Amino acid sequence: MARLIRAVLLLLALALPAAAQQDAFDAAVSGLAGGFNQQAEAVERLGALGDPRAVPLLRALADGRLLKRPDGGLVPPGEAAPPGAEPVRVNNRVRVALRGALGRLQLVSPDPAERLAAAEAVFRSRDAANAPLLEAALARESLPRIRSQMELSLAASRLVAADKGAKRAAIAALGAAGSTDARALLLEARAANPALAAEIQTAVAAIDRRLSLRRMAETLFQGLSLGSVLLLAALGLAVTFGVMGVINMAHGEMVMLGAYTTFFVQEALRGVPWLLPWSLPLSVPAAFLVAALVGAAIERGLIRHLYGRPLETLLMTFGVGMILQQAVRTLFGAQNREVLSPPWMQGTLTLPGGVSVTQNRLWIIVFGVAVLLAVLAAIRLTRFGLEMRAVVQNRRIAATMGIRTGRVDALTFAFGSGVAGMAGVALSQIDNVSPNLGTGYIIDSFMVVVFGGVGSLAGTLVGAMTLGVVNKVLEPWAGAVLAKVAVLVALMLFIQRRPRGLFALRGRAAEG
Amino acid sequence: MPTTAVRPAVTRRAALAAGLGSVLAAPAIRLSFGQGAPIRVGVLHSLSGTMAISETALRDTVLMMVEWINARGGLLGRRVEAAVVDPASNWPLFAEKARELLQVAKVDAVFGCWTSVSRKSVLPVFEELNGLLFYPVQYEGEEQSRNVFYTGAAPNQQAIPAVEYLMGPDGGDAKRIALLGTDYVYPRTTNRILRAFLNSKGIADADILEEYTPFGHSDWQGIVSRVKRFAGEGKRTAIVSTINGDANVPFYRELGNQGIKAEDIPSVAFSVGEEELAGIDAKPLVGHLAAWNYFMSVQAPANTEFKQMWSNYIKNPRRVTNDPMEATYTGFRMWAQAVAKAGTTAVDPVREAMYGQKVDAPCGYAEEMHRNHHLSKPVMIGEIQADGQFNTVWKTPAAIPAENWSPFIPENANRRRG
Repeated sequence: MARLIRAVLLLLALALPAAAQQDAFDAAVSGLAGGFNQQAEAVERLGALGDPRAVPLLRALADGRLLKRPDGGLVPPGEAAPPGAEPVRVNNRVRVALRGALGRLQLVSPDPAERLAAAEAVFRSRDAANAPLLEAALARESLPRIRSQMELSLAASRLVAADKGAKRAAIAALGAAGSTDARALLLEARAANPALAAEIQTAVAAIDRRLSLRRMAETLFQGLSLGSVLLLAALGLAVTFGVMGVINMAHGEMVMLGAYTTFFVQEALRGVPWLLPWSLPLSVPAAFLVAALVGAAIERGLIRHLYGRPLETLLMTFGVGMILQQAVRTLFGAQNREVLSPPWMQGTLTLPGGVSVTQNRLWIIVFGVAVLLAVLAAIRLTRFGLEMRAVVQNRRIAATMGIRTGRVDALTFAFGSGVAGMAGVALSQIDNVSPNLGTGYIIDSFMVVVFGGVGSLAGTLVGAMTLGVVNKVLEPWAGAVLAKVAVLVALMLFIQRRPRGLFALRGRAAEG
Repeated sequence: MPTTAVRPAVTRRAALAAGLGSVLAAPAIRLSFGQGAPIRVGVLHSLSGTMAISETALRDTVLMMVEWINARGGLLGRRVEAAVVDPASNWPLFAEKARELLQVAKVDAVFGCWTSVSRKSVLPVFEELNGLLFYPVQYEGEEQSRNVFYTGAAPNQQAIPAVEYLMGPDGGDAKRIALLGTDYVYPRTTNRILRAFLNSKGIADADILEEYTPFGHSDWQGIVSRVKRFAGEGKRTAIVSTINGDANVPFYRELGNQGIKAEDIPSVAFSVGEEELAGIDAKPLVGHLAAWNYFMSVQAPANTEFKQMWSNYIKNPRRVTNDPMEATYTGFRMWAQAVAKAGTTAVDPVREAMYGQKVDAPCGYAEEMHRNHHLSKPVMIGEIQADGQFNTVWKTPAAIPAENWSPFIPENANRRRG
């Protein structure tokens, strides 16, 4: 109802200079079908006119829904498309103009989300003419979140206004906001306002202090995120190599199988739209099962004949890995497969203090910790874990206690492979699902397990996180390529000093 | 076992195509090829390993062209056969396989290579045995072999116009440029040329960020946040990407996740085509740019014909066409025209006949082979659309000749330009 009244009032207000307004509006709208330059101008003019009828038009144009007849005339949004109509194309210049114009027009929109987006948009368009609009909008805005964004946008528009006193206040407001965008605006204004250079410098320095703290937090997060990826990739190997001592070069392929299972589950669920966003959680048990079954088959078929012969095991599993890669390539093709990210894994989450973290990485850290806890629980709390530890510590005594050691071997290997498969579900979100997926992780996995200490899950955790954080701290200085080299060199030196890794096992298990 | 690896992959396919009408018609068509031995072309593209994602489509394109030419009665009245080998993304193996094609399979021309490092690997083999290689991918220039015809773009036909576009009003008036690339010869040389070009346009070294990552890099968090910070210095910033292969997918995903929109920091890529976008949700990338000499969305009769031919051949509606495929198609047609003109497949006369050959390429322009072994090509800037296709937002009015020796590399100052 309020919306209707507002529309009526607006129409009344427009009625007086209606004729002139009408011409200007129609002229501007016809420009939307022109070339990119003409389009940008028309969009700006529509934004300046402030006619709310422009909103659906501009929004349709921004989303690529605005249609053009073959004769060049526009199809009003909402009307059925005549034959031969094509969407009106825009370029980045028009998009920038669109964002600014829509921002201006929607500052008083009844929808709070639209108002917030509008306030952000006019912040970026940096136009002095926005200041009165923002003042008017602020006067009636009640939501604090939108108010603070509007105040910031007002400061941004006042920064380019003529009044010096208003500029001072704007500089202070932007300095207190402390975002990268505010910093960019201030630096941009510095060249135009030499008289205010000192104040701008103070504000930028204040922002820099806050940003450097935030940057440290973000680097730490990125390190932990890389660490959690390493942890996931290495956990399965920590079981097969760390606990059983099998040098399993096909470990990467188990990860790859997990990723392909994720793809397969997603495709299978395409017919069930309401389940589709949950295909990722559903893939976790599926990936575990697929990889575990393949793992069990490999163990029973090949590896059990080779216990105690590491070189043959290495070559044999390497061959198995290549066979699996080629099999997947034949089945699914050499092209990468697209695994969609569910909406809850896209975008950025801003934590209090302005630290922004990407959602997918955050979920992978959570998942990594969950898998680690699950593996720990399986080893510490279940009967299977007990038997596994017994066989590792002393195979013959375990056998005399009635444990079927062969079966335990197969289950342990299948378990390790299944964990690798679960890692594949997570990796499908950040890496390419291709037959070569696993080869990129096999070296890293061995690195983590050896660094952390063979046979120690705590070592795997600490090792993965250390390598991740060190890598990310080095990256800004050395570049991505050199950082990786530096980490490898450091690791080599470390292994020279402590051949058994961070958490060396002591006692009989270590000698076994 | 060199001979077993070389297989005439097309014979059966071509025979099937020929036999479509009736079984009896097949021998009649065979007879029409005359009595001469078949002409053989080699296909030297990786069908496994990291580059398989890109190169497999080029193998298919050559096989399609072989089928096409045989359907038109072959070349010089002889059948054309393809010999396919798999160098498996292994650079030294490229040289071995090239030698095998030239000496054992005795092919008359080879279509192959994608990465510059593979081309550098086979170059000595082609020069020693006087073979003929058609190289279909845009590259860094600084090369001109009499045994290679380069049907992709040189830097002045792709990289430099693209950066000029970013610095212009339509591209967003960029004053700061982040050069991101994969760590090998093509990105490093291209960025060296671009840095010299940017300096000549008044952009200081402090306003250029250069970062390299390994092949297949997947953790882009650090680099994308650094670009964000680099953009926060109060000048319009743009990204120029020479990232190669499937590392592009996580790169764009990270751009999307960190909320970098094309309106704020536009990026232009030189190695991202329709094929690379097929494995990714393109919606967050709308507005980011790529520079090529062909897009699948180009409106031209020659392109309609090319796309029709491809969809008839591949029979999979999801397979797209892209720039290197177009360059392969154009190169094959030029070679066929040159063979017809020379009346032989011998390398030296064919090379002479190649100069000045023109083809109405699917990009919508007539492309001509010049004496510097490079094609004149139009430059196009395309914006990524939500469906993974490109919308051309800018193109040169005419095809421009290649400067394979860049004037922005000081060592080239004394070189004679061809």
